[in-house]
Amino acid sequence: MSGLRILVPVKRVIDYAIKPRINKAQTGVETTGVKHSLNPFDELSIEEAVRIRERKGPIKVEDILALSAGGPKCPDVLRTAMAMGADRAFHIDVPDKGDGGPEPLTIAKMLQAVVKEQNVNLVLLGKQAIDGDQGQTGQMLAGLLGWPQATQASKVDIKDEAGTVEITHEVDGGVETLRAKLPLVITTDLRLNEPRYASLPNIMKAKKKPLEKKTLADLGVEDTRRLKTLKVTEPPPRKGGGKVEDVDGLVSKLKELGAL
Amino acid sequence: MYRSQMQRVLRLQRPALLRGPCRTGMSPQDRAFSTSGRRDIMGMTGFTEEQLTVREAISHICSKFPNTYWQEHDQQEKDPKEFHAALAKDGWLGIALPESLGGAGLGISEATMMMQTITQSGAGMAGAQAIHANVYATQPLAKFGTKEQLETTIPNIINGTWRTCFAVTEPNTGLETLKLTTLASKTADGYSVTGQKIWITCAQVASKMILLARTTPLEEVKKTSEGLSLFCIDIDRENPGLDLRKIKKMGGRAVDANEVFFDNYKIPANALIGGENQGFKIILHGMNAERCLLAGEALGLGYAALEKASQYAKDRVVFGRPIGQNQGVAHPLADAFMKLEAAKLATYHAARLYDTNDGSVPFHEIGVACNSAKYLAAEAAFTACERAVLAHGGMGYAVEYDVERYMRECFVPRIAPVSREMILNYVSEKVLDLPRSY
Repeated sequence: MSGLRILVPVKRVIDYAIKPRINKAQTGVETTGVKHSLNPFDELSIEEAVRIRERKGPIKVEDILALSAGGPKCPDVLRTAMAMGADRAFHIDVPDKGDGGPEPLTIAKMLQAVVKEQNVNLVLLGKQAIDGDQGQTGQMLAGLLGWPQATQASKVDIKDEAGTVEITHEVDGGVETLRAKLPLVITTDLRLNEPRYASLPNIMKAKKKPLEKKTLADLGVEDTRRLKTLKVTEPPPRKGGGKVEDVDGLVSKLKELGAL
Repeated sequence: MYRSQMQRVLRLQRPALLRGPCRTGMSPQDRAFSTSGRRDIMGMTGFTEEQLTVREAISHICSKFPNTYWQEHDQQEKDPKEFHAALAKDGWLGIALPESLGGAGLGISEATMMMQTITQSGAGMAGAQAIHANVYATQPLAKFGTKEQLETTIPNIINGTWRTCFAVTEPNTGLETLKLTTLASKTADGYSVTGQKIWITCAQVASKMILLARTTPLEEVKKTSEGLSLFCIDIDRENPGLDLRKIKKMGGRAVDANEVFFDNYKIPANALIGGENQGFKIILHGMNAERCLLAGEALGLGYAALEKASQYAKDRVVFGRPIGQNQGVAHPLADAFMKLEAAKLATYHAARLYDTNDGSVPFHEIGVACNSAKYLAAEAAFTACERAVLAHGGMGYAVEYDVERYMRECFVPRIAPVSREMILNYVSEKVLDLPRSY
């Protein structure tokens, strides 16, 4: 294996600390005038790509390419990714239509085209974006490419020059260790690492790193929708609980509510 | 939505992400995306992309240093060295230094935003003063320093190995900088310094000092602006010729301020910055920049106090309703907000003029803008802090609620680096063309 060419797709989402609100038309979440940032899981995948390079393992990292599909604000998160250590970035210009953006399959097809075009041999993706929570893109991409995949990684270890990779992921009741060979798709989970803050010199350097703008058409992908969102509503407000005196009271209350 | 799930995981795994940062501030577990759901009351429109980037990045770092950190350091008069180290580690001390020297090459507009973000985070003036001189006093050094000074001193200050302090003021010559008496007299291999400086912040923890001292006795000076020289010297605490004495003070107690006594303190010839006797001109250049930084620091303090006050006024219920529902409580806060917003516009306007630096803005106009900004921001901060204490009632007097600390600290930008009265004199003379009173 000559060198690692890593692709890290990232998404600009509503900041995780903000409470999302449904828009007036009930078609989705209100995004205007709301603080956005890099999807936390994507922050982990950028960090991991940079750490793979810094660990100086058996295979040298040749390139870290960050990519984001979306409207004119996307370059913000791409600059963040580059400030954290990505070498260059692609902004796939997809106009905001207020419909939640392209579906996972469209994104996966787009990534497939980029993987081929850019000779990528490792794709590190967040396991899901915290806006749509679909968690499908990584798996679909692996399927389209016919590559092995390791989802929800909590540890990534490149073992040898032949491209053997061991990935640990958490399953119910323990951890599972998988072994696969490059090329490979990995999705990241919360415990993989602690993403760094971009330092000031790196923020400044990121401004000068190449950011290329492309369209879906450039990659031969069409933004077709197979799903239609009918309605988005807030969950009903929680009703206050009641207090019972003792176990008997609890049992009779449960019976009264038809739970027993 | 995945959010609620993630919050649950985080609560177990990385509680700091939710709880807000924990005490020591330094362990990697404290790392947070963004901890407070607090609403920014300051209007955020009109800032440049660079300013917003700076604000966001600095807020991240500051979120590791909660109010309890600053309360503790203030009470115990303990230097916030972890805070200085955290900013140095990520290169922030070089924000306004040229890229060729390892800085970021940004302007005073961005540095002002950095200082504002620091004070506003709850760090207050103590946080700002812990790094202030490293950001500001290195400016003349970068501009006029020798090759050797640029190659050794500047990188070590940016990376935090060395801290610096800035020594101009003397006990008997406050604003009359040209009358400074501390004398650096020539010796065979350098200078010997004798005299006294006062209000030297961070001298206890610094290893370098940017010193303004007289190299030509006052009576021999031909041109009034000549006779002073700027030096970058080592602080050698073992040397009997140097004595540092801490001054007990009202606010910002985490950061030391000192009287400094020199008695035949020897410094090498290569400590000189720029030409001999040219020191006043050299520091004059940086004075307007310092006004902007101070204005930013004042603004941050004011907004921090006002945020606390409006939150308290919303939460505190008396006579069956939040006290903020009473106009007697709400209106003074609303008024303080408008004063801060106006001062904010003046401050970033002044910083922009300073950064323009292409000759299109007359020097005198920059001076007026920077002085006005400092004045307005300091007064607006005072108004906000005072009303914040009052809005808190008895609790405003308690350390736990932070506003008393802000109140004590907001006198710094009112008094330094130049008093309110001297700014009024300056505007009377330079803008209104009135005869000078002193």
